[in-house]
Amino acid sequence: MNPLLQVTDLQTHFFTRDGVAKAVDGVSFTLEKGQVLGLVGESGSGKSVTGFSILGLVDPPGRITGGQILFDGTDLVAGGEPALRHLRGKRIAMIFQDPMMTLNPVLRIDTQMVETVRAHEDVSHAEALRRAREALVQVGISPPDERLKSYPHQFSGGMRQRVAIAIALLHKPDLIIADEPTTALDVTIQAQILSELQTLCATSGTALIWITHDLAVVSGLADRLAVMYAGRIIEEGPTAEVIARPRHPYTRGLIDSVPRGKRHGAMLTQIKGMTPSLLKLPKGCKFMPRCPRADRVCEAEPSLVPLTSERSVRCFHPHDDAEEVLQP
Amino acid sequence: MIVYLVRRLGQSILAIIAMAVLVFAGVYFIGNPVDVLINPEATQAEILATTQRLGLDKPLYEQFGIFIWNALHGDLGTSFVYGRPALEIILERLPATMELAVVALILSVGIGIPLGIWAGLRPNSLSGKTIMGGSILGFSLPNFWQGMLLILIFAVLLGWLPAGGRGETRAFLGMQVSFLTWDGLSHLLLPAINLALFKMSLIIRLTRANTREVCLQDYVKFARAKGLAGRRIVLVHVLKNIMIPVVTIIGLELGSMIAFAIVTETVFAWPGMGKLLIDSINLLDRPVIVAYLMLTVLIIVSINLMVDVIYSLLDPRIRLSEMKG
Ligand SMILES: Nc1ncnc2c1ncn2[C@@H]1O[C@H](COP(=O)(O)OP(=O)(O)OP(=O)(O)O)[C@@H](O)[C@H]1O
Ligand code: SF4
Ligand SMILES: [Mg+2]
Repeated sequence: MNPLLQVTDLQTHFFTRDGVAKAVDGVSFTLEKGQVLGLVGESGSGKSVTGFSILGLVDPPGRITGGQILFDGTDLVAGGEPALRHLRGKRIAMIFQDPMMTLNPVLRIDTQMVETVRAHEDVSHAEALRRAREALVQVGISPPDERLKSYPHQFSGGMRQRVAIAIALLHKPDLIIADEPTTALDVTIQAQILSELQTLCATSGTALIWITHDLAVVSGLADRLAVMYAGRIIEEGPTAEVIARPRHPYTRGLIDSVPRGKRHGAMLTQIKGMTPSLLKLPKGCKFMPRCPRADRVCEAEPSLVPLTSERSVRCFHPHDDAEEVLQP
Repeated sequence: MIVYLVRRLGQSILAIIAMAVLVFAGVYFIGNPVDVLINPEATQAEILATTQRLGLDKPLYEQFGIFIWNALHGDLGTSFVYGRPALEIILERLPATMELAVVALILSVGIGIPLGIWAGLRPNSLSGKTIMGGSILGFSLPNFWQGMLLILIFAVLLGWLPAGGRGETRAFLGMQVSFLTWDGLSHLLLPAINLALFKMSLIIRLTRANTREVCLQDYVKFARAKGLAGRRIVLVHVLKNIMIPVVTIIGLELGSMIAFAIVTETVFAWPGMGKLLIDSINLLDRPVIVAYLMLTVLIIVSINLMVDVIYSLLDPRIRLSEMKG
């Protein structure tokens, strides 16, 4: 059987006045039905652009310049706009980072939900409204009838994100791409929404790509992790293994910089140096200027190589599998 | 909402009063109308008699008091030149100006908004750039020169349309209008285009800028992510948001079109209020000038009031906060 989503060597470049920014440069990963993939990396590493590329929502000056995105067997890159429009919102939904900005301020919630139902299904307004109401109940918004008649500004940030989630759930999609959906919310709401979305996806068998720069958030949620750096995936594998035994020096740096209960009181190590500008990337391994393990070999470009059937890493000198991050 | 409206109404009345003072004081200083109205060989006694008849010998504040008192009774003075109530003379000319302004507004909105949206959606395309280039032209050409150019091309060289006048009119809602007859319409077209071009350029630029801004918003991307058709995104999600600033401008511009159709009316000999104003200034017909300015202020203030109401209906965020306040 086909995997639900198979991204192969995706290239999405931005053609700016200062040069070509290869925001996504050779990203490949596979997602099975119902699986949760955590896409992590520092700001600017290309996580959002990867998400938008899947939906064909990359705005100029950016565009997909190469690669393949197979969704349930059909190539979305080759299919173009017509193929995509029928998938968007129907089989692949997306939730954005800032709930204050995702709902149209001058349209009522019912309008924004009903149009989503009717964009893909030829149903009556009343039926669409019933579905919208049901979705609101599902994400815990009450009283739904009253809330349907409200405008976005009458909701708090957390409530708006719930509405956005309800909209994403309207067609029971096969895949939801959640681009840092909780980052803009305060911590308690974050945790609530996180677990709610997880439950909803688990019960409906929806696969999830959870984009975040926060390893702690994603570690309890994702089946697999893909770590991005400068437009490419540098390590990929089952969440528990990647967290416990990171093989790439960058992943290791990320994990070392996460404050966690077990490490209480221990010094946090920061990854030295800055995220490189996409316009001025080093020649060989993109992480070289910041890498404690770098040597002459790294002046060539490493490729993403499988270590086991489950894991792969893009590094000439990966950490040893035996090296545990957590000190007893 | 009611509180808001009452407050806005109060502000409007204040604006009218302030304008009344300014207008009156301003006009008082532009020259002695007696000099203009009276035969240069008139005797001192004749001059005195005329001055008294017109109430020009009274102190300024008394003239103003009388003016306000009368204005409240709908009497803005009697024209020195025509010997009839100034307001009546202006109101006779009002339909012509209104018709010109409304047709020009329809042209500028009906053409300006679609072109603006088009250019906003495709800012880097040839068509988008052409539209912007055209709007810069419409923006920078002097109105009278542009009017004469239109006359030269369409009336003189091509002979398609008449160069001036109002043509045949017909009664409509108690007013004489041109747009209901072919002849009238052909007379209306050139001045309306002339008056519209500047506003159209303004609306194109405003619509384009707003379209571009709205298109970058997350909610438009989210609408696309929902799988909506492009048509619905533009006509509902984008249009509804850009209408807020555009309606404001349209309202303000309608006021100024009615008020300042002066140049166009003069160039095309369109018998409206603007042309009357120019004639009255030449003759120092003070009551007509005052009445013109007051009526114009009244029109602009009422239109602004209406715009605010429409604005608050369009933008739910304002509606709510104002209702609370
Ligand atoms: N509109 C654009 N124009 C030019 N370059 C862009 C544009 N959008 C994205 N990029 C480039 O793509 C890179 C990756 O952006 P992306 O939004 O995917 O980062 P991210 O990993 O999602 O970061 P964040 O955590 O801040 O959301 C950016 O660093 C930038 O160089
Ligand atoms: S390839 Fe070399 S420079 Fe790059 S991460 Fe591995 S060790 Fe560091
Ligand atoms: Mg992002």
